[in-house]
Amino acid sequence: MKAIYALFPDPGSAQDAFDALRGSSSTTGIDAAKIVVVSSEPFEGYDFSVEDAGKSYMFPLAALGGIAGGGFGYWLASFTQQSYPLNTGGMPIVTSWTNGIIIYELTMLGAILTTLATLLVTAGLPNFKRQLSDPEIWTGKILVGVTDPPEGARAALEEKFRQAGALAVKDFSSTS
Amino acid sequence: MKKSEEQIQKDLLRPLFEASAGYWFAVAAAASLVLAGAGAMFYGFYNGIGVWGLNSPVFWAFDITNFVFWIGISHAGTLISAILRLANAAWRRPVTRCAEAITVFALSIGAIIPISHVGRPWLAFWMFPYPNERGLWPNFRSPLAWDFFAIATYLIGSISFLLLPMIPDFALIRDSTTGFRKKFYGLLSLGWQGTPRQWHRLETAMHVMAIVIIPVAVSVHTIVSWDFAMTPVPMWRSTIFGPYFVCGAIFSGIAALILAMALLRKFLRLEEYLQPMHFSNLGKLLLTFSLLWFYFTFAERLTTWYANEESEMNVFWSGVRGEFAPLFWAMVTLNFLIPVPILAIKRLRTITGTVVASICVVGGMWLERFLIVVPSLSRKYLPYAWGSYRPTWVEMILMASGFGLMALLYLVFSKIVPMIAIWELKVGMQEAHTGGAGEPAMACQASGKSVIGGASS
Repeated sequence: MKAIYALFPDPGSAQDAFDALRGSSSTTGIDAAKIVVVSSEPFEGYDFSVEDAGKSYMFPLAALGGIAGGGFGYWLASFTQQSYPLNTGGMPIVTSWTNGIIIYELTMLGAILTTLATLLVTAGLPNFKRQLSDPEIWTGKILVGVTDPPEGARAALEEKFRQAGALAVKDFSSTS
Repeated sequence: MKKSEEQIQKDLLRPLFEASAGYWFAVAAAASLVLAGAGAMFYGFYNGIGVWGLNSPVFWAFDITNFVFWIGISHAGTLISAILRLANAAWRRPVTRCAEAITVFALSIGAIIPISHVGRPWLAFWMFPYPNERGLWPNFRSPLAWDFFAIATYLIGSISFLLLPMIPDFALIRDSTTGFRKKFYGLLSLGWQGTPRQWHRLETAMHVMAIVIIPVAVSVHTIVSWDFAMTPVPMWRSTIFGPYFVCGAIFSGIAALILAMALLRKFLRLEEYLQPMHFSNLGKLLLTFSLLWFYFTFAERLTTWYANEESEMNVFWSGVRGEFAPLFWAMVTLNFLIPVPILAIKRLRTITGTVVASICVVGGMWLERFLIVVPSLSRKYLPYAWGSYRPTWVEMILMASGFGLMALLYLVFSKIVPMIAIWELKVGMQEAHTGGAGEPAMACQASGKSVIGGASS
């Protein structure tokens, strides 16, 4: 993967660059899906942070995970009680009140594990391939770049970056 | 002085690359305690837990006291952190990681204790639910089985809650170092890049986790209280044991958090990040829980006294004016009489004041756990079966080693992970500039506010 990117001092100029890149896709031939923004902290209220994020469905998935966990809890407790019945002196073998505690804990565990899995899958983690980044982002700069830009678009892209207030324009290759 | 992002990173990453002689001395002292504890534990395994002071009728004592105490301490972190996150309290930012680490370590220490109590831990697989010829299987009606599920869920949730916000910080260290460290943190950061999508997912996941972990935390100590409350032993079968235990757990947890923060502030030179305001705010929480604890303690004993049921009164009087009275009144003094004035008077609610109050509370809450367990067992229904209990040196060492293990884990952790979430501080700084949600966590000096806290310092 190759990329051309620029570093911006603040989210406002990063947003300008993002808008300029999107607006020029017809002239430069870049695919809007290949515009990448990288930062050392989350930013709220900017298009570049909203458009890439999309919907995660993390809450409903966590709820589904909870239901699955609770169902497993019910099965585990009741199956064990029926398979290895204790002498309860005429009291119920499958005890709803106490099994409720196991069901409750496994419901929560199901929600936690589903949330973890959803995060990893939707955030693309783990990913140990070399990715577009720059150590400068950790000093507060924001990276805006284009991966696999069309041949001959470099000059036009660099101009767009400079006009938006880029501090530096750089090239990136995942193989170097 | 206004801190730049680079300066913040430098300050918070410094403990990872530098260590004072005091740090290594603390590691050596903590490791010695852990080694002594390991020796005491293996001595117990070799000779049997008869080397403890347990006897008939006191079959539970120091070990279960330590278990309940450490599970209680674990309530400092994840629960408080989750509540502060959901409330969007900006002053939480320098505090949350210190707190969440306490939960994970305290829960782990608590979970070790039942293993030593079973005496022959290599046969622990007998408790697993699989078909066998011994006629043994998990009894899902037993509070001890509930404990397993509650503690396992809380531990997994707390580890996740601690680890997730560390991923971006690991990526920062990965990109700031070379050689082995770069590889090590590269692995831990899972290839974190920092795209808006990743940030959004991380923040959403933390939000979901915060919502889920609060009821789990409450359930954990409620279930620990049911280890006692489900048993027909005088002064154990109480309907308020659940909330009483949860209150006590949060109370001791906040105290432990204040102590940990004070030590980190001193040894890692984090004075500019862990400010008096953080101690004062936590001091107010500690004061609230001291009052709540006293309310529960009074309500619990008043109803016992009013009912005047003979078996319960035997236990009641042994605590108030009998064999255990010195411990009982020491508990009241340490949990209520000393901390309340210190924490209620603003002039005394300083870092030193909150630390003194917290030391008292940690000691007082350990005594509270002991006084719940031992007096009730030593004076059960039949007077001819009454007994008493004295701990042996083996139990004393095991108790001390718990504190040593906590200190050691914390010290090692502070060498691997920045004790304050760097990216979260940056978000606070950003909110201060843009007037984002919540009070500014890291207001810029230009606006006349604190660099780290929500108020001028």
